Amino acid sequence: MSKILEVENLATYFHTFKGVVKSVDRISFSMEEGEVLGVVGESGGGKSVTGFSIIRLIDPPGEITADYVLFDGENLMEKSEKEMNQIRGDKITMIFQDPMTSLNPVYTIERQIAEVLKLHQPGITKAQCRARGIELLKEVGIPNAEERIKCYPHQFSGGMRQRVVIAIALAGSPKLIIADEPTTALDVTIQAQVLQLMKRLVSEKGCALMLITHDLAVVSEITDRVNVMYCGHIVESAPTRELIEKPLHPYTRGLLASIPGSGAVREDERLEVIPGMVPNMFDLPKGCKFAPRCAACMEVCREREPETITVSPGRQVACHLCGKGEEDA
Amino acid sequence: MSEILRVENLTQQFRLDKSLLDKLHWEKGRITLRERVVKAVNGISFHVERGEAFGLVGESGCGKSTTARTIIGLNRPTSGDILFDGKSTAAMDKGERFALHKQMQMIFQDPYASLNPRMTVMDIVTEPILFHKLAGSRQEAEQRAYALLERVGIRPELASRFPHQFSGGQRQRIGIARALAVNPQFIVADEPVSALDVSIQAQILNLLMDLKEERSLSYLFIAHDLSVVRHLCSRLAVMYLGRIVEMGSREQIFEHPSHPYTQLLLAAAPKLTGSSIAGYEIPEKEMPTVLDLPKGCAFCNRCRYASPQCETELPALREVELGHVSACHLCGKK
Repeated sequence: MSKILEVENLATYFHTFKGVVKSVDRISFSMEEGEVLGVVGESGGGKSVTGFSIIRLIDPPGEITADYVLFDGENLMEKSEKEMNQIRGDKITMIFQDPMTSLNPVYTIERQIAEVLKLHQPGITKAQCRARGIELLKEVGIPNAEERIKCYPHQFSGGMRQRVVIAIALAGSPKLIIADEPTTALDVTIQAQVLQLMKRLVSEKGCALMLITHDLAVVSEITDRVNVMYCGHIVESAPTRELIEKPLHPYTRGLLASIPGSGAVREDERLEVIPGMVPNMFDLPKGCKFAPRCAACMEVCREREPETITVSPGRQVACHLCGKGEEDA
Repeated sequence: MSEILRVENLTQQFRLDKSLLDKLHWEKGRITLRERVVKAVNGISFHVERGEAFGLVGESGCGKSTTARTIIGLNRPTSGDILFDGKSTAAMDKGERFALHKQMQMIFQDPYASLNPRMTVMDIVTEPILFHKLAGSRQEAEQRAYALLERVGIRPELASRFPHQFSGGQRQRIGIARALAVNPQFIVADEPVSALDVSIQAQILNLLMDLKEERSLSYLFIAHDLSVVRHLCSRLAVMYLGRIVEMGSREQIFEHPSHPYTQLLLAAAPKLTGSSIAGYEIPEKEMPTVLDLPKGCAFCNRCRYASPQCETELPALREVELGHVSACHLCGKK
């Protein structure tokens, strides 16, 4: 399998009046073709900004720098805005969290699908647009697509709306779909439907999916690999099952332990918590960003930022603890 | 143990068409009078023991938040009664209601929307104390507020700040301090952790459990996240479209769910083992709307065991085992 996306030293800094916010701080990762990559972490971890930075949807005062962001062999950092517009919504598409705000409430679904089609396939006729729109809606499992395409977003339920958003994301010829918390606003049974649908579509079309979420359980259901982010850094990257079963970074361990019913604690007992909260992004600690909340914090953690080390093939972790005889633990 | 709250046959309906003109419809060549009514809660009964955390779970639109708002007195019930400490709230006059609000407080879901952005944290927490005249002076109220804020984990020097200067988890702590300000016995918590990050969610859940023990509180805990309810609540009820479909102890519901809807909910919840979504057949259909409730079992269009009887006849809650009830025609037959 070849790499569809290679990101090297991607950094997104927001230069505000109060100081510089390093939302994403020199991260490197890659995605294989057809791979489902989960990006997890708490709010403020830089997950969404990573997604937006790849398609360069960051407005000033945000600034993106990177050695390279190779998508399908082309460096996205060198593209002009016009060239980026050709890629966005066609080869790389996005699915947002809230289907009510990502759809335009005053246009019909047909018009919103047609918009994508017209942008990326100039010369497409109205009849072709409609036919393709109906085909897409059927693909995402919307019953009675011929009638429903004429409806407005408010006439759909939350789950159906998210299906429409997925249909729009598939309207181009995506090789990479970036889904930012696609099921967070949905009920569990609907979430399960949408996750099943996304998993099926991704494997059918062979496109890669970057699933940004805070929910480790969702990640463990459908992803192949996971990047755990904290304060703009990827602290751990591993195949999903390995990460869930044998987390290495203390933050990943803490996240897993704080999920009720994860097996670590019995009912009615206190949950294991990560003490404190995410540090202020204006005033990040000097060494490891997780050090102030870490139970295993050492002297060196406060002084020096840990380097990302490869523990085993496909498995990286950024922690001073690892690599120092921690493997046999 | 005694009961602190009993809900009897509670119904809550909202009329969408307020004026007569809205109710008139042109149908088949003549004018008919028809009203659209949202049947949010349809005759539910349950009770909460003193010192217990009782969970109410279900998907959005099932009426769990409406139930909470009706219990706390934000809505007048259409019919049915709510008994607090053995006393019927329907028959209460204004003074008794006022006293009741000291006993019963609510923690809201959205820590961003439930705090007044123009009040300082100190004002937010002292307001209920002063309103219910629980402190002789402002100083006394402030002393109590400092103690409360400290208890929930907000440093006292932050009390003069405004809500926007806090993170979601901190705001939820402020919301908890406000609810506790009048020393209530009973707390209605409407999705108190669903807007929070997991690590913060665990902190808030632990805080709620600590407070429950310290102050011998009783909770009505509303959530859509089954794992949270399983962790915190000893008994729970599952709601679907305004009705309780299954109710029982934590072990009964999670280990032997008897209603097909409960089974679906448990199966559809994503799990860390990564095994649930791929293996389970999730029905493609969605919930019927509350405007047009089916005549029979509300779940029958998504149920894989549905029979013709389910479409026409509403199943009643029946005892499956001691303390475990389920509203399904098939219970005991499967």
